[in-house]
Amino acid sequence: MEDIIEKEDIEIKTSIAIPGNVSSMTAPPRTIKIKADSLNCYFGKVHAIKNVSLTIPENSVVAIIGPSGCGKSTFLRSINRMHELVPDSRIIGSLTLDGKDIYGMDAVTVRKRIGMVFQKPNPFPTMSIFDNVAAGLRMNGMGNKKEIAEIVERSLVQAALWNEVKDSLSKSGVSLSGGQQQRLCIARTLAVNPEVILMDEPASALDPLSTAKIEELIHALKHRYTVVIVTHNMQQAARVSDATAFFYMGELIEYDETKKIFTMPAKKQTEDYITGRFG
Amino acid sequence: MERTMFFHYRKFKNLFMYGLCMLSVGVALVPLLLIFYHTISLGVSALNVDFFTQLPKPVGESGGGLANAIVGTLILVGLGSIIGLPVGILAGIYLSEFGNNKFAAAVRFMTDVLNGVPSIVTGVVAYTIVVLPMKHFSAYAGGFALGILMIPIVTRTTEEMLKTVPNSYREAALALGIPQWKTTLRIVMPAALGGIVTGVMLAIARAAGETAPLLFTALNNRFWHTSLDQPIASLTVFIYNYGVSPFEDWIAQAWAGALILILLVLLLSIAVRFATRQRY
Amino acid sequence: MERHFEKDLDQLKAKLIAMCTLATTALEASLEAVLTDSEEQAKKVFEIERTINAYEIEIDNGVVDVLALQQPVAKDLRLILAILKINNDLERIGDHAVNIAESAIGLVNTPGREALLQIPEMSSETVRMLKTAVQSFVELDPHKAQSVLESDDTVDDLNRGMIAEIVRLIKADQTTIEGNLQLARISRNLERVADLTTNIAEEVIFLTQARFVKHHAADDK
Repeated sequence: MEDIIEKEDIEIKTSIAIPGNVSSMTAPPRTIKIKADSLNCYFGKVHAIKNVSLTIPENSVVAIIGPSGCGKSTFLRSINRMHELVPDSRIIGSLTLDGKDIYGMDAVTVRKRIGMVFQKPNPFPTMSIFDNVAAGLRMNGMGNKKEIAEIVERSLVQAALWNEVKDSLSKSGVSLSGGQQQRLCIARTLAVNPEVILMDEPASALDPLSTAKIEELIHALKHRYTVVIVTHNMQQAARVSDATAFFYMGELIEYDETKKIFTMPAKKQTEDYITGRFG
Repeated sequence: MERTMFFHYRKFKNLFMYGLCMLSVGVALVPLLLIFYHTISLGVSALNVDFFTQLPKPVGESGGGLANAIVGTLILVGLGSIIGLPVGILAGIYLSEFGNNKFAAAVRFMTDVLNGVPSIVTGVVAYTIVVLPMKHFSAYAGGFALGILMIPIVTRTTEEMLKTVPNSYREAALALGIPQWKTTLRIVMPAALGGIVTGVMLAIARAAGETAPLLFTALNNRFWHTSLDQPIASLTVFIYNYGVSPFEDWIAQAWAGALILILLVLLLSIAVRFATRQRY
Repeated sequence: MERHFEKDLDQLKAKLIAMCTLATTALEASLEAVLTDSEEQAKKVFEIERTINAYEIEIDNGVVDVLALQQPVAKDLRLILAILKINNDLERIGDHAVNIAESAIGLVNTPGREALLQIPEMSSETVRMLKTAVQSFVELDPHKAQSVLESDDTVDDLNRGMIAEIVRLIKADQTTIEGNLQLARISRNLERVADLTTNIAEEVIFLTQARFVKHHAADDK
């Protein structure tokens, strides 16, 4: 007993030297990866995103929350230019990746740099597990089989799926369980080595255990990637993200550190939404 | 008591409707079985090795075969496919993947109209466009007519089948930075392959079974064709000619021809299905 | 499966253990000040108490974050609740240490301090209790925690004895009133520390065995 306290004592003395060691709570300043400035999105005459400005720091997880139809998915899809696939869609305002205008770049290039994971797991049905992960590489012209095999393995490891599928890589991708399929889709996205990963409610179709796995994965991913996740599950946003943006009726109501949003939101609308008192 | 009665009534209703369904299935199957029965029972007597290897004998001589017609049908359908399938499939892709405009709506409408045009009219058109300038009947003209017949069938089935591919696959591919054309070709097309093949087989079956347009284009030939710009024999035209003839052995050969035609289409279907089967 | 918020919990736990040590050190220093008549030791207590306060706020914030962001349940929830409550207990132990240190300064060169009575005995008993309670939390050992609950009565009895004795001394000699009031204050504060230590032990039992012992403990008193 005495021993323990004494050992502890020494450690304490060192931390006494820096009283109120609260600095570990605040993250170091990061470079801006994505910046939206007065962004407006339209579908025909519908004004889906209204004057949204926000910055997404590199190597962080940003969650976008809000009720259905608040424009959170539209915002996400405007980042990798999936939005423009919808007929009649328009974008006004600026959206930059590393300071360069996303809408000034080639859409295919943008999508290579900004990958996306969708709500419903959607592995390519005609392909094996291996081919699913290799699809992006092969179709972007990589022919070296050894290199492809390496990247496929690395991506599956990163997606925490390798151990479950390493003996059945030639099996169909859709033969996996829902949660595994979603991790396969994440591996597929990682394989093309994007800088940013957009996730559109990636766990909403999964059971709680698979959801937990995906959330752990998101945590691991932020060390190498910048992650933007849309979720209608507020607890999920709280668990996985560093910063949270609350959208309502196409407007960005509040954007702050996740801790702040979930403990002391600045806006009443945010508070009402996250406490379930909406309407 | 009342409840049991109601229960019985409900069970009776269920049984009655089930019976109706089975009856309808039977009614639909009867013509098919009759066709099989007749072609087999009347045609099988004329089937022998000569039928597949010999040319037709002149009037009065018995025996002989339809070797040139079998080959002719294959060639005509092949020529038709060369024209009809690429055009049909590409048009189908256009309508499904890019067809969100007025032009596509017009194309879609015209395709439906074309599908409804009687095949003899197609034959006349091919006659005007191909036969008249060439100044003689030819396999090319026949293939052209059949190709035109195939286009609308292939186009519409391809479009419909591509549309059944969930949009999420397209999005997944595009989000990987795969260009649109590769997405269509390597992701969407394989997913719809089964359906597209069905459409293609339907079109081929239709083309193989056509007689009217061939009368104006490929005409007929009692001998082996020497080149594709000459008239060429076909099973259907032979069936037509022999079927209405007064000679019994010719009529039997017509039935045998019909049987072979059915078998050809069936074999082709099986072969194509096997070649394009999904691995998963 | 590895859970990333395990890390948050571990960090909080480590901070709380550090705070346990700080509170123990503060208490020991304050008693040292009393027993050795040392103003220097007393001032050290004030310094440690400031650190304790900083820690308390930090741990409080950490607990709020975990509660708000991770929605802990079952074992995790009990741990976070135990951390929150023990944190509060420790901070108050720090306050009591400051009170004792103040009395120690008040006692310097004051008539009456010669008769320290049962203060040394009370001190060692209270410090022993606190260390055992802390150890029971570090080792998640409910049996050690249980033993703390049983020691509480000893300190209570000592305190009662002290107060009676002090009343007697004051009645006998009015000039010792000042020193004896300081002693009474020290005794009272030690008794409070023992109570808070009991609370810590109760939290450890709640944490490890998921059972409430508060009412039972109250009955014992």
